[in-house]
Amino acid sequence: MDPLLTVSGLTMDFGGIRALDHLDLRLHPGEIAALIGPNGAGKTTLFNCLTGIYAPTGGELLLTPPGQAPKRLNGLKPNQITAQGVARTFQNIRLFPNMTVLENVMIGRHCRTHATVFGAIFRPPAVRHEEKAIVGMSLALLERVNLADQANEYAKHLPYGAQRRLEIGRALATEPLLLLLDEPAAGMNPQETLELNELIRSIRDDGTAILLIEHDMKLVMRLSDHIFVLDYGRKIAEGSPEEVRHNPAVIRAYLGEESIHA
Amino acid sequence: MLTVKDFRQALLTALWFMFLTFPLLVIKVNPVEKSILWRWSNLAWVGGVSFGLFVASRLLLAFRAARRERIRLGLAQETPPLLPRLLAQRAVTLPLLGIGALFFLAFPTLFSTYQVNIMSTALMYVVLGLGLNIVVGVAGLLDLGYVAFYAVGAYSYALLHLHFGLGFWTVLPIGGLLGALFGILLGFPVLRLRGDYLAIVTLGFGEIIRLVLENWTEFSQGPSGIANIPRPGLFGIELSLEASIIYLYYLMILMVLFTIFMINRLQNSRIGRAWYALREDDIACQAMGIDKTRTKLTAFALGATWAGMAGVFFAAKTTFVNPASFTFLESAIILCIVVLGGMGSIVGVIVGALVLILLPEYLRAVADYRMLAFGAVLVVMMVFRPQGIVATVRRSYTVNR
Repeated sequence: MDPLLTVSGLTMDFGGIRALDHLDLRLHPGEIAALIGPNGAGKTTLFNCLTGIYAPTGGELLLTPPGQAPKRLNGLKPNQITAQGVARTFQNIRLFPNMTVLENVMIGRHCRTHATVFGAIFRPPAVRHEEKAIVGMSLALLERVNLADQANEYAKHLPYGAQRRLEIGRALATEPLLLLLDEPAAGMNPQETLELNELIRSIRDDGTAILLIEHDMKLVMRLSDHIFVLDYGRKIAEGSPEEVRHNPAVIRAYLGEESIHA
Repeated sequence: MLTVKDFRQALLTALWFMFLTFPLLVIKVNPVEKSILWRWSNLAWVGGVSFGLFVASRLLLAFRAARRERIRLGLAQETPPLLPRLLAQRAVTLPLLGIGALFFLAFPTLFSTYQVNIMSTALMYVVLGLGLNIVVGVAGLLDLGYVAFYAVGAYSYALLHLHFGLGFWTVLPIGGLLGALFGILLGFPVLRLRGDYLAIVTLGFGEIIRLVLENWTEFSQGPSGIANIPRPGLFGIELSLEASIIYLYYLMILMVLFTIFMINRLQNSRIGRAWYALREDDIACQAMGIDKTRTKLTAFALGATWAGMAGVFFAAKTTFVNPASFTFLESAIILCIVVLGGMGSIVGVIVGALVLILLPEYLRAVADYRMLAFGAVLVVMMVFRPQGIVATVRRSYTVNR
């Protein structure tokens, strides 16, 4: 099967600092892949390049929707990339705090709907129908992330774990082929992490590929089909959880030079 | 609740205010007799009132903090604010709406033509406020040059009438369209800007339009302005001055209703939600698939449309336009209406416009200190109620499960 996402030679420079150095990744449809590495390894930078927030200095980003021709993601604006089917969550939660939980998800439907200014004013049947469908689908997504009871609360009033789930729900509303999760379990208690584990699996089972950044190694090992390890902007290892766990380069990156010899 | 420190601060504040207002309120120079009148009683008033207000404000803040603490400890329930709660109840809003509608309909029969004229002006500012509300309140783009679009509307009526003899009803939509066009023209260069930078550029744009109108004499007749602009026609019937003022008043009412209807629909739509999202977090907004460029441009264009139409009304109402009507102060007042009324709230902006435009008219008794009182009201509002008179409440949807 063709890979869904092909990253080749991706390089990102900030002034004189090379945050990403000729990175190559492949991600297949229906796969849960994890991106791990010490702080400052370039994980979030990779996400920002993938979603068009940064313009990469060099390299290729290709998205190949199943049964379609590959599309180049370089140089597209963030919203165009989302429209191509790549959605994300943020490490430091970026919800729309003064909008309701439901509205947050409804925003995610924006790029899949079409009502114009004239549609908004005259409300022809097609637009009314579209609005109804937006509300319906958003509510269904809230059920899925277990937030339907709080649909009309302001997003800022949700507890931390619920805000993380809402971000996932909002990203799902864009109907992504590939979902990028930036530290989804950060700040969650063990029970919440367990539920997150189930949620991510169920999203994968619906056919969305997932790439996640995570520091909770238990979650990463339990969840991922494939792991990429980054250090100083380079990929130092990849493979199944088992392979990565025993890779000397990974142990060195995480624990330091001496521990190998100890 | 209050400590000695609070009282000491109150005393200092009172002294500071006495010092600040001393030249204005105490010294009165009589240039004819070359004498100075010392009004010491005013000083005592200023001192006493500012001392009292300071203590009262401290008490209010302490009370609020205590209440928050109790809520945090679980001793008290958080009650939603009274005003939105009342406004959400039909039993309250329907009679209020009915009384309001009757009052505004009967206004010309109850009051003099002079009052009607003032009310028309206030209604014009309601339209302007609602238009700017799209840009500032909803989309969160600080626009300090909004008056430019108002000027575009007013001059489009003045010039199109002067050169082509076009009437009010033909120019009204043209004024709106020209406003939108200039909104887009301004929108393009400022797409990359945010916050303070955006504010400065829009301020510059507002001044450019005014200076062009002032100096390009062949085009706009310069500072002397354009006179003899006809009032709105009513199927060719000749109206007396009084009747035409009342007619314009009712037109303004219709215009306000039309604006409320349109803006309400826009806010509760896919486009309106995108504006709110842009205000809340522009990076997340883009990452959710919203085209930032297009969303900003529609906000600028639609906001400017209403300024353009209000400008046509302005030209028709005063029958004379000149650049002096479109100074930065106008932009500032419209911005105050939006901020004071409540950013993003339609009811808030209407209340804000009526208060800010009508209050100074009826405070003519203390005309000398009007701007002083105006400034004080703004400061007090921003300290105690930064969300405005009527805060926005997001729409809730019924959840069928």
